Amino acid sequence: MKAGFVAAWAIARKDLQTEMRTRESINASSSFSLVILVLFSFAFDLEREAWLAISGGLLWMVYAFAGALIVNRSFAREIPNDCLDVLIASPAPPWALFLGKSVSAFVLLVIVELISLPVFGLFYRIDWWQHFGSVMGVLALATWGISVVGVAFSAVTVNIRLRELMLPVLLYPVLIPLLLGAMGSTTTLFGGNPDLTNITAALKLLIGFDIIYTALGVGLVEFILVS
Amino acid sequence: MRDKVILTLGVLGTLLMAWNLNTISNLPNDALQGYIFRIIFIHVPAAITAQVFYTVALGCCIMFLLRKNFFWDSLAVASIEVGTMLVLVNLVTGSIWGRNQWGVWWAWDLRMTSQLMCFLLYLGYLLLRPAIAEPTQRATMSSIVGIFAYADIPLVDMAIRMPGVRTQHPQPVLETGTLAPIYRGPFGIGIIVLLLIGTALILLRLNQEHAKREIDSLRRQLHAA
Amino acid sequence: MDALAVDGVWKYFGDYPALRAVTVKVPEGACLALLGRNGAGKTTLLRILANLSRPTQGHITMFGAPAKGDSFRSKIGYLGHGIGVYDDLSALENLLLFGRLHRIADPEAAANRALDRVGLLRVKDGLAREFSRGMRQRLAVARAFQHNPKVLLLDEPFTSLDDKAIAVLQQLLAEARSEGATIIMSTHQLREAMELASHVALLERGKIVHFGPRVEEMITDPTWLYRTYGEQGQ
Repeated sequence: MKAGFVAAWAIARKDLQTEMRTRESINASSSFSLVILVLFSFAFDLEREAWLAISGGLLWMVYAFAGALIVNRSFAREIPNDCLDVLIASPAPPWALFLGKSVSAFVLLVIVELISLPVFGLFYRIDWWQHFGSVMGVLALATWGISVVGVAFSAVTVNIRLRELMLPVLLYPVLIPLLLGAMGSTTTLFGGNPDLTNITAALKLLIGFDIIYTALGVGLVEFILVS
Repeated sequence: MRDKVILTLGVLGTLLMAWNLNTISNLPNDALQGYIFRIIFIHVPAAITAQVFYTVALGCCIMFLLRKNFFWDSLAVASIEVGTMLVLVNLVTGSIWGRNQWGVWWAWDLRMTSQLMCFLLYLGYLLLRPAIAEPTQRATMSSIVGIFAYADIPLVDMAIRMPGVRTQHPQPVLETGTLAPIYRGPFGIGIIVLLLIGTALILLRLNQEHAKREIDSLRRQLHAA
Repeated sequence: MDALAVDGVWKYFGDYPALRAVTVKVPEGACLALLGRNGAGKTTLLRILANLSRPTQGHITMFGAPAKGDSFRSKIGYLGHGIGVYDDLSALENLLLFGRLHRIADPEAAANRALDRVGLLRVKDGLAREFSRGMRQRLAVARAFQHNPKVLLLDEPFTSLDDKAIAVLQQLLAEARSEGATIIMSTHQLREAMELASHVALLERGKIVHFGPRVEEMITDPTWLYRTYGEQGQ
């Protein structure tokens, strides 16, 4: 068991090391978020109150798009030189591969999210630093959910022709409950005086989602990778 | 043998449906809704039958991963296709009813939203299949996606019912809790009709999958020679 | 005890049998040259042995124990068609990663040792992307041999190696054999294979049509095997 976690950490570290050297995912994803933020500001011409009312929804739409780019790379980066084969042939258990990649996807996505957040606050005049702890809590829970489902589907689509198209088509419907929870609670938190009962329901949903899909990913990844 | 079963189910289902339609058309109009209330006899059974078939598909996905027998994969795709078709029926009939009663074709009410989510989840499954050429890979990946999709259904229901998340959702008006006694008969038969016809279609699809696999393998053997 | 015992292994892709009733027992310390035309099933068989793919039917055991699981994979070294190294990591970082995955006690020392054996120690901090093709091949070999595997699974290892890399690989294989490792190697390079091989197996359309010790005729005329045991007139 412990060796599995050591392996998971080695893989997460490897992903982050290579990413920090090339920065391909982070750069592309952050730039894309920026573009989407600008596009949305042109799409609607609203008063500040109106922006506040849709703030959570807007932010998590941007994060969902950025997330798809990040998780798409997750297993795709193992294709050159057949690295995926040697990872599977190593003693690392498949669940360790899955967890390691989920962790690295999580870290990368959080970085992109934290870069996008001040820009979002700037363009839409949202005071995102209010209830910062709670906002970060929601961010962490929802981002983990995106990471585990995204990494699982990244593994499913790694070898198919239309990977970049199929991954979002599979990913977004599954993420809808998670995004609803994140959007609703984030809007409430940005509003300033959050009604705790609303947040509680959303948090329960996020935690439930995370647990279910982490368990499914860990349990099923072996079938995805070895057939 | 299987063809006989398909024929029997199909004929039985169709006859029962004709009889049921007759019963339904003879029912008195609803006080509030008028003629259109009759849509409930196909709208709700379609949703229920779809869920039955989706549950069957879940079992098949799990069985394929455990046993690797392609029968389970064929049954899974057949069940999901028929189930998704029924969800589409549910969505269309619901939309028609909504237009008649509320004046809008789509109102984002809780039930319809939930069904739309189901449709999207399994649409992904159906779109994934043609994208994978190799049969074992296709079956394995489909099974995984099928399990992920089914697990989402309760989460979707939970999400759209969250307090304060959406204020625009009308409560499901067709969900009245108790059905008047004279409606229960046609309602129950409506479900049975769809189960019969749905099963017949699934078995037909199963035959088709079997034939397709045979052709596939013959083709490979021909090329390898 | 046999290092590797393959018993009645079938592999279907859909309804197409890529491997048919493959049964072969590889004695410990042997070097098995797995021969066959393209599409015969060599890569499929090696991938199954490396746990990358599951047999549809049949069993495989290694030293009597089932050939799957973390413990099994820690004893094998796999060198497939792709070299299996990360372009954006240095040679040392690559080996450290796999050292950690293979639970080597002192990964740093093992990595340096492996790099030294393949002649890459002086460029250990260079990114794999910057290496020449031959150097990348040698790095791949270092990766496969680093943890002193008991069974080596090599899929066409000599293909597109330069002469320096071939020499390094032959040296490492000889050393591994002298330390008691078992080698299963698929190849088209009959000459190099026959020099090293102690046993030979010929796969044709998924079936083993010959398995036995290497004989003199195979060294002097490498195509003898195909002509003798393979399909006539092809």
